[in-house]
Amino acid sequence: MKPDLWNNRDFLAGLLFTVLGGLTVALARDYPIGSTMRMGPGYFPTVLGGILFLFGVYVLLRGVRSGERVKGEWGYRPLALIALSIVLFGFLLDRVGMVPAVVATLFVAAAAGHEFRFKEVLLLAVAMTAFSVAVFSYGLKLPYPLLGGY
Amino acid sequence: MEILNNLVFGFGVAFSLENLAYCFAGVALGTLIGVLPGIGPLVTIAMLFPITFHLPAVPAIIMLAGIFYGAQYGGSTTSILVNLPGETASAVTCIDGYQMARQGRAGPALATAALASFFAGCVGTLLIALAGPTLGEWALRFGAAEYTALMLMALVASAVMTQGDAVKGLAMVVLGLLIGVVGVDVNSGMARYSFGIPELIDGVGFTVVAVGLFAVAEIVVNLESREAREVYTGKVTGLMPTARDLKDAAWPTVRGTAVGACFGVLPGTGPALSSFATYMLEKRIARDPSRFGRGAIEGVAAPEAANNAAAQTAFIPMLTLGIPASATMAVMLAALTLQGIATGPQVMLDKPDLFWGLIASMWIGNFLLVILNLPLVGVWVKLLTVPYRWLFPSIILFCCIGNYSVSNNPFDVYLCALIGVLGYVLAKLECEPAPLLLGYVLGPLLEENLRRALLISRGDPTVFFTRPISLAFMIATVLILVVMVVPAARGKRHGT
Repeated sequence: MKPDLWNNRDFLAGLLFTVLGGLTVALARDYPIGSTMRMGPGYFPTVLGGILFLFGVYVLLRGVRSGERVKGEWGYRPLALIALSIVLFGFLLDRVGMVPAVVATLFVAAAAGHEFRFKEVLLLAVAMTAFSVAVFSYGLKLPYPLLGGY
Repeated sequence: MEILNNLVFGFGVAFSLENLAYCFAGVALGTLIGVLPGIGPLVTIAMLFPITFHLPAVPAIIMLAGIFYGAQYGGSTTSILVNLPGETASAVTCIDGYQMARQGRAGPALATAALASFFAGCVGTLLIALAGPTLGEWALRFGAAEYTALMLMALVASAVMTQGDAVKGLAMVVLGLLIGVVGVDVNSGMARYSFGIPELIDGVGFTVVAVGLFAVAEIVVNLESREAREVYTGKVTGLMPTARDLKDAAWPTVRGTAVGACFGVLPGTGPALSSFATYMLEKRIARDPSRFGRGAIEGVAAPEAANNAAAQTAFIPMLTLGIPASATMAVMLAALTLQGIATGPQVMLDKPDLFWGLIASMWIGNFLLVILNLPLVGVWVKLLTVPYRWLFPSIILFCCIGNYSVSNNPFDVYLCALIGVLGYVLAKLECEPAPLLLGYVLGPLLEENLRRALLISRGDPTVFFTRPISLAFMIATVLILVVMVVPAARGKRHGT
């Protein structure tokens, strides 16, 4: 396999569709198909998975032929940090409460940017915490503990 | 005049203190997020609609609608002053709007944009009032086969008409339909693709998909490259356009409104494409096309009228047929559904206060927007100086809170991160997210109607071609495919 394929835009898109389509069809084997008149739960996903698979093969082959590359670099760092900041929110809110969750999410998310200025982020965290508590806890009365778990 | 009675009734609903307050909140918020680049009406509505559970249906939908059309006003401010589209629908306005600002005519450009939007908004609202009942009555005759064919047409159109590659668009629709399949099958009660996770039995949450694809993925895309923003810092003086400006802008506004109103109803096109199309039209029929790109007032008036007209008429298919024509309308549909309102032709009969109240509120909202955007433009300009490095962590935070508040379960937050990652990969591979979202929203409806249609016809698939209305939708679907896909396959259609 040419190393270029891993930066080939349509090859990768096609591969993704093919794999997802294939998986869908494979998993749908557990669900009764039924007939066209009385479709079972497996009918619709099987047909769609098959279509997705075919689209994927077409896009994949077209990518191999055109060789068009992905534009720009992959932003692994911002992707990882942003995803982490979101996961942290869910993880912390249940365990230590809303205030720490808000602060942690803001700091990790801000670290994904180009410039990280500690003082600014701190101010932002204070402002957003106050805003979130005022709007969500007092205004909308969402039942989240501010500090501490359930 | 029945329609007059209905409108009077609608204004009675919209002028209640509560509804006026939510209308104002909606348009103010819409202007705000319209001005701020990097957050659009779709994400805002998706984040806010968990909160609207606590409201009655009418004020909730009035506010969400206000966010949507308010953003069309706000977006033009950013286009004109920063040369950066606050909204995708205002991208075209950058070309001539920013040039006007550089020539010291930022004031007239902003005023023209707001007045053109106001005109278009009024006409668009009137069109909903006129066309809604007629279309609704017609749609009452739709059976399962007609709905299946109509949804198929909407999905295919959304896939091939969005920017970029048609085949990838179709694949994204299918992927969206499949995400919609996750959860309990209504007919058999069987849990599909839930992988033994109890949270997935109810399906993938709507906020999770919309926020993950549109907010999270887009923020990562913005962060991966380093772009300097040039903000127009000069003071905006002299808002009033001259008599000549008004004369020059009048007909382009009317034409823009007409183009926008048509595009708004069509599935898959929406405000963004309509503003682009009307700009091309103005350029073609202008006596001196070379003025475009150098601060022609027509290049501001026509696209701004078009995107606002389209933003209004996009409500027609959503309200009367229950079929959203764009991803943002899909969010509105989901919000209505979760309020327990079955959209479709019945909505006008069952919920006249909702339908006519919403229309009346749009008139009021458009009026409020002119006030918000003209005398108060200085406030919004100040907001443009907020740096992105403060903005994006806050958006991420609101996404998290929005997701968590739907089910009070961290699972939705985790899933949103995962869909955000998928959305980023898809964005890098130049696969448009809008068709996926539309497929996801229409998926369960499509499957249900398809199964019902084939059950009634005893498994005979020709049912979609023997009923006249269904046949018309099928022919339209095939035409859209042929017109858009064939040139693409020959490599003649250039994606932008």
